[in-house]
Amino acid sequence: MKNHTMRRVLAAGAGLALAGTLAACGGSSEGTGEAGEGATAEEIEAALEEGGELTYWTWTPQAEKQIEAFETAYPNVTVNLVDTSGAADNNQQLQNALAAGDGVPDVVQLEYQSLLQYQLPGQLTDLTAYGFGELEDLYTPSTWGAVSQNDGIWGLPQDSGPMAFFYNDAVFTEHGVDVPTTWDEYLEAGKELRAADPDVCIGNDTGDPGLTTSLIWQAGGQPFRTEGEEVTIDLADEGTMRWADMYQEVIDADILCDIPGWTDEWYAALNDGTIASITFGAWGPGILESGVPDGAGDWRVAPMLTYDGTPVNAENGGSAEVVPADAPNKLLGVGFLKWLNSSDESIEAFMETGGFPATVKQLESEEFLGYESEYFGGQAINEVLAGGADGVVEGWQYLPWQSYANDIFADTAGQAWLGETSLADGLAAWQAENEKYGTDQGFTVAD
Amino acid sequence: MAGYSYSRPRRSITLTVLLGFLLVYSVLPLTWLLFSITKDQPDLLGSFGLWFGEGFALFDNLGQVFTYDGGIFSRWFLNTLVYVVVGAGGATLLATAGGYGLAKYRFRGRNAVFAVVLGAIAVPGTALAVPTFLLFSQLGLTNTMWAIILPSLVSPFGLYLMWVFAAEAVPTELLEAARVDGASELRTFFTISLRLLVPGIVTVALFAIVATWNNYFLPLIMLNDPNLYPLTLGLYRWLADASGIGAAPVFHLVITGAFLTIVPIVVVFLVLQRYWQSGLSTGSVKQ
Repeated sequence: MKNHTMRRVLAAGAGLALAGTLAACGGSSEGTGEAGEGATAEEIEAALEEGGELTYWTWTPQAEKQIEAFETAYPNVTVNLVDTSGAADNNQQLQNALAAGDGVPDVVQLEYQSLLQYQLPGQLTDLTAYGFGELEDLYTPSTWGAVSQNDGIWGLPQDSGPMAFFYNDAVFTEHGVDVPTTWDEYLEAGKELRAADPDVCIGNDTGDPGLTTSLIWQAGGQPFRTEGEEVTIDLADEGTMRWADMYQEVIDADILCDIPGWTDEWYAALNDGTIASITFGAWGPGILESGVPDGAGDWRVAPMLTYDGTPVNAENGGSAEVVPADAPNKLLGVGFLKWLNSSDESIEAFMETGGFPATVKQLESEEFLGYESEYFGGQAINEVLAGGADGVVEGWQYLPWQSYANDIFADTAGQAWLGETSLADGLAAWQAENEKYGTDQGFTVAD
Repeated sequence: MAGYSYSRPRRSITLTVLLGFLLVYSVLPLTWLLFSITKDQPDLLGSFGLWFGEGFALFDNLGQVFTYDGGIFSRWFLNTLVYVVVGAGGATLLATAGGYGLAKYRFRGRNAVFAVVLGAIAVPGTALAVPTFLLFSQLGLTNTMWAIILPSLVSPFGLYLMWVFAAEAVPTELLEAARVDGASELRTFFTISLRLLVPGIVTVALFAIVATWNNYFLPLIMLNDPNLYPLTLGLYRWLADASGIGAAPVFHLVITGAFLTIVPIVVVFLVLQRYWQSGLSTGSVKQ
């Protein structure tokens, strides 16, 4: 997987090189927010009936089915699907297209953590003028909060990832270790598992920025604030330190495997029971079912670990779809987006093959909650997972340059996982690098 | 020179050990690949790399590679062929004609061209990728096959190689004789010089083919339509299927695809290597 890192480094380099051009091209996108933009629901509907072509970039596996259903409902519209294969590629290509001012898609998928990066330079369409404010009640508060920052509505949530604790019950039972419900118990259980079998570890983490930000979020930390051009970074606030103090013990106890996520080694360790549990978003079941076939029947899901028994949660991953400010067929794009992430037909197609929705109605439907997963030994997993959406701490924000921040995470905070520094110092170093970068990018950065 | 002859070379233990080590070093990953393509995914993740797994899934894997993702692998294969035939083929043609011209004709500015070509060799293609991208995007050529083919046509190293080779391999006297006999310059090039240049052409072609076949960074930033991807980018895309939300790892298909990707280049190499050997030695000794 060295290639992966390499690729990201290269991509980041290209991104930096393009940033200058991006700024130079900014003039063209600023002009698109002019008065007169927008449309009523009827006008949007009429545009869809009239038809035309639009381009949709996504890496959602269900996209093809959704488009099929859309084109049946609106036979005059042709959707050109571009499968961008993953968030990293998607962002890279979008940056390239925006820089080139050519080949910009009409609708594109963005991770919640990347929204600000495009919203602040004025590269996204504010959907308020298209009446999207009415749709607010359809979505969970945390996903709606993610798309509606800075006085605008910048996209519609596609999915959500409230965190949960996934564990291999067979491993815990074999070693007679109780399944943890709090982080303190997690630490103890990890030690017991290690003592019972030195090869087994309760989890794996080599310093993953996505997981770290989610865990800080869960602990009540709010290290990143953005208001206009002003960014506040405080990676030593109460919540962040609450997580860091706890997690430092986890690292020091040496109960985690040194295996990076998503690698062949990781899948192998999950299959043979070396890794006994994972904390990730509610989209986890699909990953286990397709990538960890040997664990069928053994895995279970429990509510996210807590600090003191009070359920609190965070989102881990998840995306929205947006309409770029420079989209060539904006009205059609807006119409498609609305259908894509708010119509029952589309959301059901998305859920059919394991997507975890962001819409309240689907999350509360009896069919969804009652589903018993064979892989999870007949457990009604969605009840647990959907329950996790309720406790998500509100008000979380990512940095406007989160992907860059994630790229430099390994060199700063990530050193704590190697024992080179403490988490507190590592986070301080991460903060310092981000403050420097933010200032260089023209933001006003404060502690 | 006593005791040392071409037919009975003296043995050197150090050299033998060193070469033995190099052999293992280069063949080991290949061996791993050959064992790995016979495994299905669980076997691939769970069994020892340098031996067979529980089942023999080679044919299964081969079948899946060509059907997974709507059979897009064949498309990537064809794309790569187009890039190689047009790109590397064109690069060879241009390098041959250019190198010959520079070697055999005296004209004003020749030294300047020489300096530019030498300088161009020193600039890695990766460094030019981003400027090329910006240029192409203004021309509206990004996300088209031209975005890969046009930059591939330029091979300063090939040009330099042909230049040096042509200077040695094509005797100026021969050209003069042809001119005296009344052959046009074009005819001399096609009927006489081109034949003498074959070993050099093959060498340049091999370099160009390998470079185009393995091209990764340029397509990465130029293309976003998977239907235009070459194999290198396509395989990476399958590898990326193992990460993130909705991940469905297909490591066994990445491995089998990687195997299929190296087969043609190995074949090309074996077929052309004898030309290459003669090409490398020609010109090294003053005759």
